[in-house]
Amino acid sequence: MISSIVSKVKQKRIAQLVAKGKRLDGRALTEYREIKIEPSIIERAEGSAQVHIGKTQVLVGVKIETGEPFSDIPDQGVLTVNAELVPLASPTFEPGPPNEDAIELARIVDRGIRESKAIALEELCIQPGKKVFIVFVDVYVLNHDGNLIDASALAALTALVNTKMFNYEMKNDEIVKKPGYKPLPVRNYPVAVTFAKINDKLVVDPWLEEEHVMDARLTITTDKDGKICSIQKGGSGYFTTQQILEAAKIAKEKAAELRKLVVKT
Amino acid sequence: MSKPEKLLDKKGLRLDGRKLDELRPIKMEVGILANADGSAYLEQGRNKVLAAVYGPKEVHPKHLALPDRAILRCRYHMAPFSVEERKSPAPSRREIELSKVIRDALEPAVFLEYYPRTSIDIFIEILQADGGTRCAGITTAALALADAGIPMRDLVVACAAGKADGKLILDLMDLEDKYGEADVPLAMMPGINAVTLLQMDGSLTLEEFEKAIEMAMEGCRKIYEVQKEALKAKYVTVKEETEE
Amino acid sequence: MPTFFEEKELVTPGDLLAEGEYMAGENTYRENGKIFAARIGLVEYENRRVRVVALRGFYVPRVGDTVIGIVVEVGFNGWEIDINAPYVATLRASDVLERGYRPQKDNLLSILDIGDLIVAKIASYDRGSNPRLTINEPGLGKVSRGQLIKVTPTKIPRIIGRKGSMISMIKRETNCRITLGQNGLILISGRKPEDEQLAIMAILKIEEESHTSGLTDRITKMLKKEKEARKNVQT
Repeated sequence: MISSIVSKVKQKRIAQLVAKGKRLDGRALTEYREIKIEPSIIERAEGSAQVHIGKTQVLVGVKIETGEPFSDIPDQGVLTVNAELVPLASPTFEPGPPNEDAIELARIVDRGIRESKAIALEELCIQPGKKVFIVFVDVYVLNHDGNLIDASALAALTALVNTKMFNYEMKNDEIVKKPGYKPLPVRNYPVAVTFAKINDKLVVDPWLEEEHVMDARLTITTDKDGKICSIQKGGSGYFTTQQILEAAKIAKEKAAELRKLVVKT
Repeated sequence: MSKPEKLLDKKGLRLDGRKLDELRPIKMEVGILANADGSAYLEQGRNKVLAAVYGPKEVHPKHLALPDRAILRCRYHMAPFSVEERKSPAPSRREIELSKVIRDALEPAVFLEYYPRTSIDIFIEILQADGGTRCAGITTAALALADAGIPMRDLVVACAAGKADGKLILDLMDLEDKYGEADVPLAMMPGINAVTLLQMDGSLTLEEFEKAIEMAMEGCRKIYEVQKEALKAKYVTVKEETEE
Repeated sequence: MPTFFEEKELVTPGDLLAEGEYMAGENTYRENGKIFAARIGLVEYENRRVRVVALRGFYVPRVGDTVIGIVVEVGFNGWEIDINAPYVATLRASDVLERGYRPQKDNLLSILDIGDLIVAKIASYDRGSNPRLTINEPGLGKVSRGQLIKVTPTKIPRIIGRKGSMISMIKRETNCRITLGQNGLILISGRKPEDEQLAIMAILKIEEESHTSGLTDRITKMLKKEKEARKNVQT
């Protein structure tokens, strides 16, 4: 019931500690909170995963439907990512259509998957120009304690890696299901790493109160080869070039660590 | 999913092997969301339901506040991936109706008059659906209210009875709801024997209806025991651990 | 006249506690000559009075209570303070400025700004209006340092202990200043953050085990053990 305002005393303390290279919860500046990943938690969906990063909790469900392709790419499947900041996750979330935060979150997750070509969309064509598979990725934030981006991206990746599609054959222009499943063709594993700038220092995986104190955030998504496939700067502050390059280096390392939790290579 | 040939097999068992008056396996957990004032999670068969409560707190917008009691607001919502065909996250007419009847089912249990000019907000999210989600939602939401420490007359618990292949059945799953002959969801406060939700669709004789209500209430009483245990669970384990 | 539970047994809303000539104490209600529990907690029967010590609950303001709050809004005549209750509390400028409030000359923001923490007392409160605070007493006012934690308000008496025994012990063992708000907010201020962490650990443990017996001994033991462990790490 206490408001989401972080007291000045605490804000000062967080900033002071960061300047000394420490954080209020004892973490190092580039350390993540405890991460828990549960794949395939919604068995009726084609794919799903729940991720906890600290107390932040995100559930992603993947549904595969059929539909029409985009007219300019008639032989490729369609990926669509949506995020819901459901009101039960935070006293600051209101019911209603997605606001700018929800839309930004969805688009960041989308960009990571799309630009890294994580899903082989060309293998999802049924009848060019007429019928393709549509992959719906629905991000459901269940508890907001900071860094929704990394948790959502990690849950989306895990859900996709565990997504199964039904086998089918074409009979008289109709799709007929056959017994058995095959995995969704996933070829890359994008992982997002988000930084908050506090007192001119970069911290990885800001929790909610650090987010209240930060002046800007930077999310860098890298793929399985360590290539950068998407970046998003948020917040009203700024970064120096040096900070951006430093963040990119750290993001590549941290992403590799997180990737190991999802994909056993 | 296409209509199954029969809903009951030769031995009179249902498609998931249950007897006519058997409940689906059910489990509940309380206090699982960190931000909400109260929360609960329930699994009943393949239903997976999450409920959270925020409040009592100041009402926004202020003109909605009542001078002599709290207002209860309820939102029943299904996740897009909770059903067979992906559902748009925008609230459907069905979700809006269910939000209302669920609120009406829970309101009699809450001492609203203790907290004038405030609101108590209940959020129910169906993460996976397999029939009877409004009942499961009510049961979960009642736990979340108790977890939030909101004074209540009793817990509210819900269960549906219905008819399939000519026989009365308890706790309908999706196929039975879709292709059966009747569905009667019911919610009650078992301690004071008060029915707070009652709906019906299908076709039943008066005798069948009376029997269906009895069955539903029996089901409710069984689920009520699980609810109480779930509420006490955390304290019971802590007590056992400290007394070792 | 029957009662239906043992003393200190765990009860849930709707449980029938007693029937007949009993008085409905806190967290219970009376209907048709029966007394029922309204919250989850431990039932207590004292003479003819039945009450439930709630394990889950929130703070309802009471005149005279010491509370800790955070400024959420600065208005024309005063401030709005979040005291972790269903109602936002108000602190009037006239309470803080003894010689009277002069809107042109007095800048409220410079006295208390959004995000400031205060220790205050509930000066007045009734059903029709929000609680009014005062900081016009020794020991009350703006807080400039320390860590704030939140517990279920119904556990505050347990944290205080009989005649203050529990809280005095924690203060002694951790060398911290601890201010308890009846609204469940607790301010801990120590010389070192490690000392504050120790106090927080003890208080959170009490919150979790408040319904068990032998708590004071267990907390004392735990604190001594932790301090030993820290000493060994240092040497």
